[in-house]
Amino acid sequence: MTQNRTNYLEFEGISKNFAGVAALSGVSFGCAEGEIHALIGENGAGKSTLLKCLAGNYAPNAGRIIIDGRPVKFDSTADALEKGIAIIYQELNLLPESSVEENIFLGQLPSKGWRIDWKTLHADAKKALERLNLDFSPSILLKSLSIGQRQMVEIAKALTRNAKIIAFDEPTSSLSSREIERLFAVIAELKAEGKIILYVSHRMEEIFRICDKITVFKDGKFVVTYPDVKKVTSEMLVKSMVGRDVSNIYDYAPRDHGQVRLEINNFLAPGLKAPADLKVKGGEIVGLFGLVGAGRSELLKGIFGAARSTAGEVFIDGQKATIKSPIDAITRGLVFCPEDRKSDGILGIHSVRDNINISARRNSLICRLIINSGWEKSNAAKRISDLNIKTPTDLQLIRNLSGGNQQKAILGRWLSENIRCIMFDEPTRGIDVGAKNEIYNLIYRLAISGIAVIVVSSDLPEVLGVSDRIVVMRDGLIVGELTHQEATEEKALELAMIPDAAA
Amino acid sequence: MIRRYLPLLATLALLVIGYVICAFEFKNFLSFRVIGNLLTDNAFLGITAVGMTFAVISGGIDLSVGSVIAFTTILIAVLVQWYGVHPLAAFAVALAVGALIGAGMGSIIHYLRLPPFIVTLTGMFLIRGISFQISTESIGIDHEFYATLTDFGLRIGRGKLSLLAMIMLAVVAAGTVLLHRMRFGANVYAIGGNIASAKLMGVPVPSTTVRIYMLSSTLAALAGIVFSLYTTAGNSLNCVGVELDAIASVVIGGTLLTGGYGFMVGTLAGVLLQGLIQTFITFDGTLSSWWTKIIIGILLFSFILLQRLITKFGQKK
Repeated sequence: MTQNRTNYLEFEGISKNFAGVAALSGVSFGCAEGEIHALIGENGAGKSTLLKCLAGNYAPNAGRIIIDGRPVKFDSTADALEKGIAIIYQELNLLPESSVEENIFLGQLPSKGWRIDWKTLHADAKKALERLNLDFSPSILLKSLSIGQRQMVEIAKALTRNAKIIAFDEPTSSLSSREIERLFAVIAELKAEGKIILYVSHRMEEIFRICDKITVFKDGKFVVTYPDVKKVTSEMLVKSMVGRDVSNIYDYAPRDHGQVRLEINNFLAPGLKAPADLKVKGGEIVGLFGLVGAGRSELLKGIFGAARSTAGEVFIDGQKATIKSPIDAITRGLVFCPEDRKSDGILGIHSVRDNINISARRNSLICRLIINSGWEKSNAAKRISDLNIKTPTDLQLIRNLSGGNQQKAILGRWLSENIRCIMFDEPTRGIDVGAKNEIYNLIYRLAISGIAVIVVSSDLPEVLGVSDRIVVMRDGLIVGELTHQEATEEKALELAMIPDAAA
Repeated sequence: MIRRYLPLLATLALLVIGYVICAFEFKNFLSFRVIGNLLTDNAFLGITAVGMTFAVISGGIDLSVGSVIAFTTILIAVLVQWYGVHPLAAFAVALAVGALIGAGMGSIIHYLRLPPFIVTLTGMFLIRGISFQISTESIGIDHEFYATLTDFGLRIGRGKLSLLAMIMLAVVAAGTVLLHRMRFGANVYAIGGNIASAKLMGVPVPSTTVRIYMLSSTLAALAGIVFSLYTTAGNSLNCVGVELDAIASVVIGGTLLTGGYGFMVGTLAGVLLQGLIQTFITFDGTLSSWWTKIIIGILLFSFILLQRLITKFGQKK
């Protein structure tokens, strides 16, 4: 019946859109039994979306998933698991307050009539753990295990459901090197049993070590499958991950830079592995690039005082600034536009006017205690027209605005103050292309007015397009720096992915 | 835009309709005396509800207010009757103690990151228990200053605007300005709207949180003073469950229990609506007073339903 008997799992033209934006478009490739297949690509290339389609989290808008020659459709993750597909996520989906055995058999606990059959449960769980050479008791609570052990429990759970396809999403990101060795040994055994392993990771060395084939994604599209990992180099991989036609929406023009406005020395914050140093001049735009987990957001949050820094100094305009909370940063003219606007950036159930004025309040001239609402009204009107925020009135709830207009309202809020430095975390995430250009122009305007600007972005063309200088981070460290002229997608990605690329 | 004010408008409309119905049923309802009594009888609840409005808009709750009222009445009675303290001095002590209780609860809520529900529930038991420890019996207050205060009032027609009613209206007015026109109020809205955003926007979350509970407890102490004037006695059994009446007033007044949205004038309307129902039942004479609770229950449910529908409708857009 089927044409391709060698591939057990086949993706055929899978597409997935989110609010009109394509996260996956027409992805087709296949995997054979007993194969460890790596999926790589930049952040947002579509790897995780594909896994979620496979696991039944998302229903693809188009295309088919074919398993063992038959097209399948899943209603939910539980349904997918029943049909032999298990995904081991970075953030594990287990119950910390329950025992290991309960976690393994959750949803299909063995029963005697209406009671749980604890004896069978215990025995079966023990068997499942022994199969993976795990020596802890199945009756201890999950929370007493290390992250690596919990991952093993997740694998044991997958095996008790007779999973045939097991996908790992960045499985080693929080494991110790011993735990990684153990994980690899288990993966090798699963391969020997004829399972299909999908392996998503940013870590080249791991991919070269354990994987058989590599499929590269870019911008939601399938690029290439390398059928033999031995004939591939990391440079080849990086090359196939980059190189898109850059339609120029950036309108970059060089600017004059002034004095150093923001300087951090030996700066440490949670999520950073070594002290960081960074200087940003007035009028300069510094792009901070790195893959997920490289520590970019952590660095910004540390500087802004949203996370407590553990060492180092911050200077603003040459003056030492002690920043213990965002209030300290804001009063010194250092402001931050967060990545997740909905949960960190706006007050969704409040009006555009309130959102613009919340940190810029002025007191009434007549009575110092009363807020000057006349000033607020005119300030909001000024920002709305100046930044071209599209809203029917300034009393519209901000959550009803588009992402781009929300971002502009946040900017309007900061422009109401006297700012010296501004930091953006993913300024254009979830914003459509037309509005992106507007945001970039606003960023340039800020820089031209002499403000020091830091832009964190996972979008490589964006970082290269808007920054005067690109600082690259990997694994909680600053690993290199590129000027606007010398930076290419390839160079930046090599720094961000390949250890010792800077050397 | 009208949708934003819908819950508030609904409450105000209900209040007017309710009053008209009452006036049709009983002629006396139109008199200043009834209105004056309505305000006086509900003064303590109104003052408490103003503080509760701040707590609820910030996304929190204060369950300790009923106990604080009872504690205050006992404290004042003991100071005045047993130790011969002048009532004014006793009032000052009561307000200071109230502020202290609130500051303590607010600090625990913020610095130990505990839910306001549990912290103020603990406060509720603790303070009620301490009141009983002081005295299990009602202590009557017999002081000429008390008589002066309770007699004080503005005569309007055949009715009287008592001192208690005036205090309540003043507190509502001050609360309205504080909530809607001052920085503190704006910060309360911001915290209730989205605490993570508020923090990153530079809203002083720690001091605001502490002040919210200080305000609520201090107003509860003031309500205790008013209650003590109203009953001229101190009693540990006073005002059990008043915290729930106050929450009901706030919610009926259109404030969202999840925080970030609400109006002070709505709270006043919520208090008066409850008072109105009570008065109607008293006038009627044949209905059991438990009908008040039944009607309040129905009203509360419809308002929560209304809010849910509005938010749902808003999200679909």
